[in-house]
Order: sequence, then structure tokens, then C-alpha cells
Amino acid sequence: MSTAEATTNSGSVDLLLWVIFPYVCLAVFAVGHFWRYRYDKFGWTTRSSQLYENRLLRLGSPLFHFGILFVFAGHVMGLGVPESWTKKAGVSESMYHATAVGSGSVAGLCTLVGLAILIYRRRTVGPVFSATTKMDKTMYLVLATVIVLGMANTVVANLVGHYDYRLGVSVWFRGILLLNPHPALMAEAPFGFQVHGLAAFLLFALWPFTRLVHVFSAPLGYLTRPYIVYRSRGDSLGSRKPKRGWERVGS
Amino acid sequence: MRVMAQMAMVMNLDKCIGCHTCSVTCKQAWTNRSGVEYVWFNNVETRPGQGYPRRYEDQEKWRGGWILNKRGRLALRGGGRLRKLLTIFSNPTLPGLDDYYEPWTYDYDTLTNAPLQEHTPVARPKSLISGKDMKIEWSANWDDDLGGSPDHGDKDVLLKNIADKVKFEFEQTFMFYLPRICEHCLNPSCAASCPSGAIYKRSEDGIVLVDQDRCRGWRQCVSGCPYKKIYFNHRTGKAEKCTFCYPRIEVGIPTVCSETCVGRLRYIGLILYDADKVLEAASTEDDHDLYEAQRSVFLDPDDPEVVRAAEQAGIPRDWIDAAQRSPIHALINTFKVALPLHPEYRTLPMVWYIPPLSPVVDVIKDTGFDAEDKGNLFAAIDALRIPIEYLAELFTAGEVAPVDAVLHKLAAMRSYMRDINMGRDPDESIATAVGMTGEQMYDMYRLLAIAKYDERYVIPPAHAEQAHSLEELATECSLDYDGGPGMGGSGPFGEGSGATPPVSVENFQMLQVRQTSDSIVAPADKASRVNLLNWDGRGAPEGLFPPRDPDPDAAATAGDRS
Repeated sequence: MSTAEATTNSGSVDLLLWVIFPYVCLAVFAVGHFWRYRYDKFGWTTRSSQLYENRLLRLGSPLFHFGILFVFAGHVMGLGVPESWTKKAGVSESMYHATAVGSGSVAGLCTLVGLAILIYRRRTVGPVFSATTKMDKTMYLVLATVIVLGMANTVVANLVGHYDYRLGVSVWFRGILLLNPHPALMAEAPFGFQVHGLAAFLLFALWPFTRLVHVFSAPLGYLTRPYIVYRSRGDSLGSRKPKRGWERVGS
Repeated sequence: MRVMAQMAMVMNLDKCIGCHTCSVTCKQAWTNRSGVEYVWFNNVETRPGQGYPRRYEDQEKWRGGWILNKRGRLALRGGGRLRKLLTIFSNPTLPGLDDYYEPWTYDYDTLTNAPLQEHTPVARPKSLISGKDMKIEWSANWDDDLGGSPDHGDKDVLLKNIADKVKFEFEQTFMFYLPRICEHCLNPSCAASCPSGAIYKRSEDGIVLVDQDRCRGWRQCVSGCPYKKIYFNHRTGKAEKCTFCYPRIEVGIPTVCSETCVGRLRYIGLILYDADKVLEAASTEDDHDLYEAQRSVFLDPDDPEVVRAAEQAGIPRDWIDAAQRSPIHALINTFKVALPLHPEYRTLPMVWYIPPLSPVVDVIKDTGFDAEDKGNLFAAIDALRIPIEYLAELFTAGEVAPVDAVLHKLAAMRSYMRDINMGRDPDESIATAVGMTGEQMYDMYRLLAIAKYDERYVIPPAHAEQAHSLEELATECSLDYDGGPGMGGSGPFGEGSGATPPVSVENFQMLQVRQTSDSIVAPADKASRVNLLNWDGRGAPEGLFPPRDPDPDAAATAGDRS
């Protein structure tokens, strides 16, 4: 019901940008990953270039990766947790805002500096540059746009005017995930947030076709699995599934 | 007792002449692809020397293998699981390309395409990494035959403890060759370091493999392996390693390196071991006891108890038979002449070595005495401490006694067989002096010196009932696999992306691709040159030969006219 209400209240452009586009991107994201995993398990890797060059990578890569992990955590907090919950927990708006902006800008700055080092390295170190695919370049462009816009929003929203994204962007984003979109909320949001949101969804759409897929192989299972893995020849190395009636008997 | 079978190798270093045939054939079979130009699953090192990659034995720096922690428990030297995950974005102990070498080819095209000029055109070295001109400064065996030893011989890691005793003056030095492949350890630290769990040990034959579909390129295995026998494919972003030629082993034929070894110094066979005792053996407190500890893990295949337990563990009868006839079991446990490489890394390596007697024999020969006389040889082994201590650093964590015992046995065998060959009565006292019988001495001689093909390689094939899951025993059309016959080339996500074809199909396709469309530097849009390393002599890659005249008659008339 609220969907219908929201739809009538916003123009068709808003509907396109803040409902249709995000869902198309998310659909591509989900189906794309499924397809890529089925089609290209072998290509599913970090494509590390550390072998070529280590001096810049040693600095840039941890900066970027740890930075973006914190940025991700910040987004989970900011977009995922409703303002009413934190209020109930006794965290005032200003308190929340101060922590978010404080830790957010540090993490964002690390990410940005790391990314700058990594892009500089990718362009200037010969072997690394020649190992860069077209998809990598596109991805870097979009990723850098998203990060720069996000950082700009944090800074600008802090210095000039005050926009409480937790009552606007966050509600819209949760609405998308809960299949209850409120395009009007985004239509009212400042321009910076709008572009950041659009670029982010574009990145989601590109995600399954880039090296970013390695995010989903974050090896957390390593913490719990036994050190040495044993595997039987039979169940892993066959070039094809055994025919019906030829399956190995589980023992 | 949990009996498991392990396919293992022993190399008799006394017979290695350092011809690198094993390395070359291995490379042709497995790593003649773009992305693994610098990769040598099998390499031959001249010792004393730095090895490949340079100074890989310096575990203070590379932090590979296992150590005992303060509580006496076995731990990865490179740090625990959390540390591995925290250093995943930039591995602090990953060897760079500089520690291996920058692979190159030559600009052969210039030789045929250069315009008429005063000077002969030169094929210049081109980097296979960047495609640019480069200066060749090092390669996989740059210090072969002690080349350049006065300058960098002292960089050998093993000389740390015995540096003052080893001389690099030409007249005083000694050398021998050490061929190395993956050790297929019982306690592989590469597998333990792999965050994705992609490296596994096959439960049937103990071969350690990398699942290419599960490897995500985190690079921790390269650091984790103390032998540096896991290599990073810089094109596909995946780890690759020696496979013990499993497609060949599965059908009962030896690995490529063994098959082509001109010295016939490699032995392949099964050994049965008790998997429950592996951890205990790897946790042995004193480094010097690790050799004996690892031997205690192995089981006697002739013991009826062991045979029964093996059958209960599902090891086929013919595999048990093969384990009983195994040359590996004979060399390690019966004759006790094979020693593990660097047991102090605590990975329980399964490629063992018979240390070379030759440095000692050569020295005696040079002094003019009879190098095969037992008295001379025994005395020389004791007197020539230097090579023995060096060998001990390699094979027994510095403990001299086991190496000494092995060399005495080898020396005794020479003297014992000398008498027989000269038509004299064999001298049993020689055999008893090293704790053996004359019959054992003769058996050892047969295995080491005659080294018949089917005595060197006792490889039971994998089982027929498993044929459907074997790669090389294609019981159906080899193109009939999941994903269809669209193999060859790469998908849209860079090198090697897309569905994986089976090994046999892939090799066939690769051969064809190499023969028809070779380019040295992938991506192929770079100026293309022929990589001679990849060229196997068949077919005519573009640019290798001047273009043929399309009309032979015209060419003939042109020839007549001139």
C-alpha cells in the first residue's frame, strides 16, 4: 500500500532512478554472481599483482582494504540500523553523528589514500599495468567515484548544512531491501547523496563481472577448519559426473 | 593405527650429473604457459649454492614451515590463522620476482625481418613480464656448476654454521647437484597456510594438489612452503605446484622428471605410514631427532598387523603388494641410505635423497690412492669433515652421524662389489662393518647401480572401478564433459577464465594454441614475438620463419633467373 502511495507522490524520473534502477542493479548483482560462479570458478580470484611489485603495494593495499572494511562496517551501522533503535539505546543524535563522522572520515581517508597509491601503482609499474584488463579500468573508475563522492558527502554535509541521512537515505535503502521503496526520500536528498547512491548501485551491477568477486571468498572458514585438508581422488578430480548407477558408494 | 599410503620419491645424488633434463622436460610438460615462465616445478641446484628462489632456505627471512612454539606445540612459523588473515592484503614474506628472476625471450623476429644493414642484426632479450628490452642478470640456475662462486658462494644459507670450513677456491671446493621437486609432505605447511582450503592431500596416494577452482590467490601458501615449491601464476592469479604428474601416476607410469632422468637416479614407490603418528613426529623436540622420528611414522608393509590394518583402511591388495616391493621402503627403511631434505622444517617431506659419496671419492682419487679401497674410503669419509657437515645441514638438521653412516654404507658397497667384479671372493667383513649382510649389500647394489626400470618404479595404477573419475583413462569421448567442447582460449575475465576443461583436453588444446598462435607477452595485443621456450619444435608460429612464398613455381623461376 505504501508503495502505491510513494509512487503516486513522485515523478516517473524518481521512480526510475530510485526504484527501478536499484532493483535492476541488484538483480544483475545476484544473478551475475550466480552465473559467474557457475561459469567461471577458475577466474574467481584476487588476481594479486604482489609478485610484480611490493614496495607500493605494501603501503597501499592494507590502507585501502582495512579502510574499506571499516567503511563497510560504518555503512552497515548507518544504513542498517534505524535511528529509533540507537535513540532507544540511549545514544543521542549528536553523539552518534560525532562518532560516525569522526571514525568515518578516518576510515574514508585511509581508503582514499590507499586507493590513490594503488591506482598510481597500477598506472606506473609496467608489469602491473599490462596485467590490467578493461574491466579492471572500468571498475576502478566507478569504485573511485563512489568513494570520492562518499568522502565528499561526509565532509560537505559536516561543514555546510546538516542533512540527517539516517531519516532519508537510510530509510530509502532499507526500503529497497525490504521491498518497500520510498523514492520520495531520495528525491529530497542532497545532490551528493543522490549521485553517491546511483554510483554505488552501478558498482553493484558491475561487481560480478570484475575482480571484486573476491570479496565473497573472504576466507573466514580458515579460522575454524583443520590445518591439513584431505580429499579423496574420486569425488573431486573427475572430469564429469559419474553416470547414473556408477556413483561412488559413500563410505 | 590409521594406515595411509604415500607415493614418494628417492633420488640418488651420487648419480646426478646436473644435466637439467628433468627440469626441461618437466617445464615442457607442465609450465610452458604464459604466467608461469619463471616456474620450475623441478629444478636442479648446484650445492653449495643459493638455490631457487635465491636463499630460499633462509627461514628467518621467509618464515616457511613449522616450528615448536613456547609451549612445545607445533605452529606455523609464519604465524597463526589470525596473523595470516591480517597479512592477506600484503603478504610480508612473499618472494618477489627479483628473488626468482625476470623471465625473458629473444627478439628473434628481428633476425629475419631486419632490413639490409651493415651489421648483423641481433636478437635482443625481451622481458616476458613487461615485453620491454631487459638486461639479463639472473636465472633459475645462474650459479650452476659453482658459476660465480667466489662472488656469491658465501650467500649459501647452509654455510651460516660452517662458513669458515668451506672453501670456494677452485682447487679446494666441492660440489654436487640437488634436483628438487615438491616434497609432497606428510604435514604440508602450504596446505596449512592456505586460507581458502584449496590445497589438499589426496587421501589415496598422499599427492599434494592445488584445487584451481578453489584457489583465490591469497598467496599465503608461497610463504608457508619452506621449500618454495609453490609458485604464483601471475596471469591467472592462482597458486601452482608440482603435481607428482598425477595423471601419469594414476595409470602406473612414472613422473616426467623420473622417466626422462638420464642418470636413472630417481625411484618412485609407495610407502605406508601411520597418520596418527604424524603430529607426534613433527613435534619432536630436538631437530636432530626428526629424521628418526619421521622414519618411525613409516610402517613395515611386511608386518601382518600392518597389512590387516591397511586392508581395513580400504587400501587395495595390489597397493599393499606394491608397498612391499617398494624401492622407497627399501632405501629408507631396509638399507637406511635415504635421508629427508631439511627435516628441521617439520613438514615430514616425502622426497628423500641418498647423499653423494662423490666429493669424497674424487678427493681420494686426486691424491693418487685407490678410491675404492675400503680402508682408504672409510678413512677419507672420517677425515673429510667438510662435505659431510654440509650434507648434514641439508639432510639431518646438522646431525653428522646418520650421514656418516650412509656414506660408510655406500663406500662399503663399492669395496664389496669391487671384489666381486675383480673375480675375488667377496669380503663379508666389509658388509658387517656397516651393519649389513653380503646379500643385502648385493641387493642394494642391484637397486642403486643396476637400477632396472621396474625396480626403480613400482607404481600401482589407480583402480579400474575408479576409471570414470580418472582424467587420463578416458572411457568416454574426451570432449564430453560439463561445459561442452568450447575449450581453449580464455573467457572474458582474463587469462584462463571460464569453465575448466579436463587436463587431457586442456593439454591438447594448449599444444594446438601454442603451435598456431603463440605470443610472448600476454595480453596478446602487445607486439607479438615468438617465445622459443614455449615452442616445441612442431608447427611454425608466425614470425619464427620468414613467410613462405605462396607460389612455389614463381619462386623456382625466380631462382632460375638469378
